[in-house]
Amino acid sequence: MTGYSLRLSLFVALGAALGSMARYGVSWTGLHLAGTGFPWDTLAVNVAGSWLIGLYAVISAPGGCRPADPVFRHFMLAGVCGGFTTFSVFSLESLWLVQTGDPARAALYGAVSLVLWIVGVWLGSRMGRRLNAAAAQG
Amino acid sequence: MLDSLGGAADNGAMIAWWEGLLLVGAGGALGGVARFWLSQWIDNRTGGGRFPWGTLVVNASGALLIGLALGWASGPALASGLWLLLVVGVLGSFTTVSSFSLQVVGVAEQDGLRPALVYVLLTLGGGLALVAIGHALGRLAGGAA
Repeated sequence: MTGYSLRLSLFVALGAALGSMARYGVSWTGLHLAGTGFPWDTLAVNVAGSWLIGLYAVISAPGGCRPADPVFRHFMLAGVCGGFTTFSVFSLESLWLVQTGDPARAALYGAVSLVLWIVGVWLGSRMGRRLNAAAAQG
Repeated sequence: MLDSLGGAADNGAMIAWWEGLLLVGAGGALGGVARFWLSQWIDNRTGGGRFPWGTLVVNASGALLIGLALGWASGPALASGLWLLLVVGVLGSFTTVSSFSLQVVGVAEQDGLRPALVYVLLTLGGGLALVAIGHALGRLAGGAA
């Protein structure tokens, strides 16, 4: 493993650890706030993480208003955003909703999730482009 | 997460919040690095990631593995340290929604709506089928015993 790969791995690991712990924090808070039988916490982290990756991917790109070196970009995108959001837990919850006798709620969870993920990333990148444009105008 | 959905939340001894946080963080670091290199390795062998096969494979395999864990444990074991480390940490971080969302928009802008729709259907359909298959296999292997 080259020095660069090692550095990249360490930064992705650190970002993913922070993202995962933040996700766990949201779940833990959700545990105490919403006993509604709907996985709001996972929905929230996945939408927020999609928004963040859309925003940061745009502003940190070369020519963006916050250009970042590749290692820090991967720290944020693959690490923090990747560790914060989760597809496996989403699929687990969908299955669990079906198995506990609520397939309609499982279908609703899937549909609402997909729409809000895409809206989230779209809003984030739109905001990023506006920030880039504002910075370019001085 | 699955707290509000009932299930076997009382498996194992209670662990302190900071122990849970450290277990999730340690697992998340491992899962994130595994996702990063595996998806990059797959993308490099499938046309450089123009179609996001790497993310598709990690999300599909993560769904299969988390289904196995659910079947094996006979339900989400949120108070168990092993569950926090391996499921919430490693598997939670191994898969990703943020990259998926970004890639859906990227593929739609670059190659049109049809491949973007294919990517969405493969991810959701594949993920949900695999979590169910994993769950059935996990029950056969452990939970049913």
